[in-house]
Amino acid sequence: MDHNKTHITEYKVLAKILLLLIFCTFLTISITSFNLAAFTVTIALLIAGVKGFLVLSYFMHLKYESLLLRILVGSIFLLFIIIVLITFIDYSFR
Amino acid sequence: MMSNGTDKIEYVSYLEHQGKYSGLRSWIFATDHKRIALLYLYAIATFFFVGAILGLLMRFELIAPGETIMKPQTYNGIFTVHGVIMIFMVVIPGLSAVFGNFFLPILIGAKDVAFPKLNLFSWWIFIFGSILAVASQFLKSGPPDTGWTFYAPYSTTTGTSVIMATTAAFVLGFSSILTGLNFIVTVHRMRAPGMKFFNMPLFPWSIYATAWIQLLATPIVGITLLMLIAERLFGIGFFDPKLGGDPLLFQHLFWIYSHPAVYIMILPAMGVITEIIPTFCQKKVYGYKAIALSSLAIAGVGFLVWGHHMYTSGMSENARWFFSLLTFIVAVPSAIKVFNWISTMYKGSIDLKPPFLFALSFIFLFIIGGTTGLILGSVATNIQVHDTSFIVAHFHYIIFGGMGFAFFAAIHYWLPKMYGKMYNFKRANIAWGSLFIGFNLLYFPQFIIGIQGMPRRYFDYPPQFQWAQIISTIGGVILISGIILMVYNLIMGVRKGEIAPANPWNGSTLEWQIPSPPSLENFDEAPVVKENPYDYI
Ligand code: HEM
Ligand SMILES: [Cu+2]
Repeated sequence: MDHNKTHITEYKVLAKILLLLIFCTFLTISITSFNLAAFTVTIALLIAGVKGFLVLSYFMHLKYESLLLRILVGSIFLLFIIIVLITFIDYSFR
Repeated sequence: MMSNGTDKIEYVSYLEHQGKYSGLRSWIFATDHKRIALLYLYAIATFFFVGAILGLLMRFELIAPGETIMKPQTYNGIFTVHGVIMIFMVVIPGLSAVFGNFFLPILIGAKDVAFPKLNLFSWWIFIFGSILAVASQFLKSGPPDTGWTFYAPYSTTTGTSVIMATTAAFVLGFSSILTGLNFIVTVHRMRAPGMKFFNMPLFPWSIYATAWIQLLATPIVGITLLMLIAERLFGIGFFDPKLGGDPLLFQHLFWIYSHPAVYIMILPAMGVITEIIPTFCQKKVYGYKAIALSSLAIAGVGFLVWGHHMYTSGMSENARWFFSLLTFIVAVPSAIKVFNWISTMYKGSIDLKPPFLFALSFIFLFIIGGTTGLILGSVATNIQVHDTSFIVAHFHYIIFGGMGFAFFAAIHYWLPKMYGKMYNFKRANIAWGSLFIGFNLLYFPQFIIGIQGMPRRYFDYPPQFQWAQIISTIGGVILISGIILMVYNLIMGVRKGEIAPANPWNGSTLEWQIPSPPSLENFDEAPVVKENPYDYI
């Protein structure tokens, strides 16, 4: 494998992402103090989604990878969303 | 006839290659994809034999109404163990672990898979999981009696060894995931220079599509089984309504994996058939791109149809028609393949050698399995036959008639390459005949009494069904004799058979350009990549 082509992320960028992730974690904890009813879970999941996105893009280098690889990963998430939606065709009409 | 590579002077095949270890250790610590393939072959063949014996025991129990040779609870245990062994230890790994491992790298012109050590590790996980599965049979609490589907809430309440069996399935899942990952990376990174995706033979295409399913679907069943274990151990209410859970959630999660899993079984089988047909017709495969892309389509749409296993479970009306619609759509790419195989044969110079006989019977049996699948896919007819022996007949036609016969076709096709020896054709033909006749005698009557209401997973039945049960049991005996004869013939071929030339069938793909058996690194010179891998006239 050609190592000369791999991208090296600066520590500064990594540190920033880490701070962002920690901030998101506090956000997730703090929203539990508001009474948002069912939306609590929605918001928590949205924040988790953002965190996942950051980890994938920076720590797992997806941002610097080929388009093919990004499309592959993207379609996995698409598949996941479709499967959840289809499951709810059952749950929301029962 | 092509030249036989074994007469080159310094040539050493992978079977004779002297590595770091010798003896048994040179096998169980081998990282060569070909040796690992053989390790899987021997393990899976053994499990298949055990599973088949259990099946035969069930057949003898069913030869007459009432208790014949075993108690009802023993019967429950046996059909569960039979299912667990056959599904998780035989047909899911089956073709991709054995022939995928052996031939995927060779067909794409690679030295090995991308991660050889991970490959060996997957085999060890497989063996570990299999030991757990077998052990679950002998625990004091008795063999699991839930069926291989482990439906909650029964599986969370029965006293039998469900935890052990589900742990086994969980562990086996890891082997499957890692193999899938390995093959995806292999296809992306290890293709011979100049080989684009659309220059690959079609077996690698099907293994590639399968690998994605293994990678993406298996974790879902893994987490589901963990949830089941957590519910049993800690009383967390995921599935049991008494604890506030939803039993249908289990069925959803289970089938989100297990329907794609049926494509883990059948896609590589379709790939094998797509290799064999052009060789024995000496004709370019018809509709290369359609076959390649239909593999991907099956893998993709196959993820969205799981609800057809749940029509009678109390799922919402809207979900039922939706899943029915999608089930009909997923049948289309399978049908495309069947049309392409038959069009490939059209005006070919057909040579009825044993591999081709098995491939032909695959098509025949798969059509019966597939069309009865449509009967099950439509809600109205499904409700009539759900949980009857019609289901048993359907999935045996697909899994055994399909995947099983494709496995037999593959071993007859590739054995001369794997061992450099040839088996006896006449015996192979007789074995094929008894397999084919035995199989149809065994399973076809189950369609008929299924429609008449013979329930599935029952140890007893009213006398009106006995005629069919007797025919089935006779078929089972014929089938087993065929299997024994076939295995005997193959073993004799490997041990005492004639030396096989490098290209006994005049095939055009890369594996036939190298000596039989191949050397450790498969290709001593860079392989010549063709625009179309099937370039007969
Ligand atoms: C032509 C495509 C297929 C269609 C439309 C189809 C449809 C169905 C349906 C609707 C059921 C549920 C029956 C019920 O329980 O009420 C079913 C069961 C089953 N099918 Fe298929 N199927 C197809 C192909 C396959 C393939 C390729 C395999 C495996 C290689 C397979 C294996 C199974 C198994 C194992 C079951 C039984 C599951 C159980 O234990 O309940 N099917 N099929
Ligand atoms: Cu299904």
